Amino acid sequence: MISEPDSSAVDIQGVYAAYDGQPVLMDINLRLKAHQWTAIIGPNGAGKSTLFHLLIGSMKPLRGSIQVFGGSLSEHRRAGTIAYMAQREAIEWDFPISVKEAVMTARYGLMRQDTVWRRLLPPRWSDRAHHQAVEEALEAVNMSDLARRPIGALSGGQKKRVLLARALAQNAKVLLLDEPLAGVDPVSERLILKVLAQQRSAGRTILMVTHDLVGTRQHADHVVLINRGVVDQGIPEQMLSEHMLARMAVATPLDLAEEWQ
Amino acid sequence: MQAFEMLGFSLVELLINALMVIVGWLPESLAAPFQYAFMQRALLTSILVGAICGMLSCFVVLKRWSLLGDAISHAVLPGVAIAYLLGWPFFVGAFITGALTSLGIGAIERHTRIKSDAAMGLMFTAAFALGIVIISKIASNTHLMHILFGNVLGVQPSALLLTLFSGVLAVVVVALAYRPLLLYTFDPQQAQALGFNTGLIHYGLILLLTLTIVASLETVGIILVVAMLITPGATAHLLTDRFAVMLGLSVGVGVLSAVIGLSLSVTFDVASGGTIVLVATTLFLLALLLSPSHGLIARQWRRQRYKHG
Repeated sequence: MISEPDSSAVDIQGVYAAYDGQPVLMDINLRLKAHQWTAIIGPNGAGKSTLFHLLIGSMKPLRGSIQVFGGSLSEHRRAGTIAYMAQREAIEWDFPISVKEAVMTARYGLMRQDTVWRRLLPPRWSDRAHHQAVEEALEAVNMSDLARRPIGALSGGQKKRVLLARALAQNAKVLLLDEPLAGVDPVSERLILKVLAQQRSAGRTILMVTHDLVGTRQHADHVVLINRGVVDQGIPEQMLSEHMLARMAVATPLDLAEEWQ
Repeated sequence: MQAFEMLGFSLVELLINALMVIVGWLPESLAAPFQYAFMQRALLTSILVGAICGMLSCFVVLKRWSLLGDAISHAVLPGVAIAYLLGWPFFVGAFITGALTSLGIGAIERHTRIKSDAAMGLMFTAAFALGIVIISKIASNTHLMHILFGNVLGVQPSALLLTLFSGVLAVVVVALAYRPLLLYTFDPQQAQALGFNTGLIHYGLILLLTLTIVASLETVGIILVVAMLITPGATAHLLTDRFAVMLGLSVGVGVLSAVIGLSLSVTFDVASGGTIVLVATTLFLLALLLSPSHGLIARQWRRQRYKHG
């Protein structure tokens, strides 16, 4: 499918979100262009992960709308357009599953389109295309040798690479990455950035929450500064200046609750 | 309905006959008690309960739902009492109060600041207390003992049919929804991101758990059923790093505990529910010591090897 070079991939309009009645995100307006690498930067508690929870549907916005490629979010989730890489901490690593099977779970959504008898078979006997996507993803993050290892026996950097492979295996148009570089060794970090750069040139849209300013300066096309709301957005050179980062740090609206009413 | 029941009973008959062929190969001393129809029913019920509980216990253990299983099993008591009062089949009442309590726990968790363990403890003790109060008014202590601790030797054909039906239903659901269930247990966020209906999976799994508990009532009783929902899964988790293998091993541990436990309880004339659970615990301890991958001995041995070379 060919889309216009500057068509928008994700369109967020006037979105508000709250946890237990506590406002977290206020009046978010974002248009993320397709085929771009967008970095989302903000202090802890700024609502970055919340923004992702809205995008994967584990949270609903109180107000506002989110569109993906001009269609509804749930429709695109079911179609497998959006791949999500969670933070490492969000997963039960004691689960009895091998690296390959864990990456294969990325294909479970797409397997709904397989023929009925295929769907009744265990994942191991699923269609060749699923296996191929998984093998390519493992190859890309240099984890093919460990495909049969239980996920609990991996190091921190390897776990991140498996999570990245799982996001890649979906062959989704949009990649949502929640701090893919946090707590990762330098070798894995370089590898992950390289893989993402390849994905970017292959036409994928990347949306990444990060604290890594150096990598962002090098790779990102677009930077969004977030602190409960969108502080500013633009090219990395402008957004990552001392001045802008300082502005972002103090940008929390003083009386959120008041405006909330 | 009539035809359905007929079909069920002939299926039970068939299964019992098949079982008796296997029992026939056993030495005379072991096989002797099984010439009685009530023993045959007890054996089949125990096997079915061991298998369903074993399968469900994988999800309970991996999802950290042990306390939820305990809660639902206790919450079944008032249902049994009310059904007795109204002259309904006991499993209808049991299922209703079990399901209501699990929904109530979910509602408290979601809409108040009470944490989930407190929500569970609060709801299930309340339901259990209600059950005890009703039963103390209407039935004898023997009745209460049978509900609490099971009475597998007194299993009626209708109850056996219910257990069989629950077992078939549970197996069919797990087989058809294998991937959504696996993904939801492993990583619910990913399930959500891929557009699976996580609410449906969550409550479906809870209803399946409730059904399993109700079906196990007469075999091990509501106090001990939770052991059958934890121990086989925990044992299997120590033995393998693959989910499908864990399911199989867990079913095996459940069935083995049920069969050995029943035989021992008849031989030594002790409570069968308790014996079944003790056998399961013994199997768990064996796995804990001897598992080649996660056992204590293997782990110690590996540690020594690293130290000396």
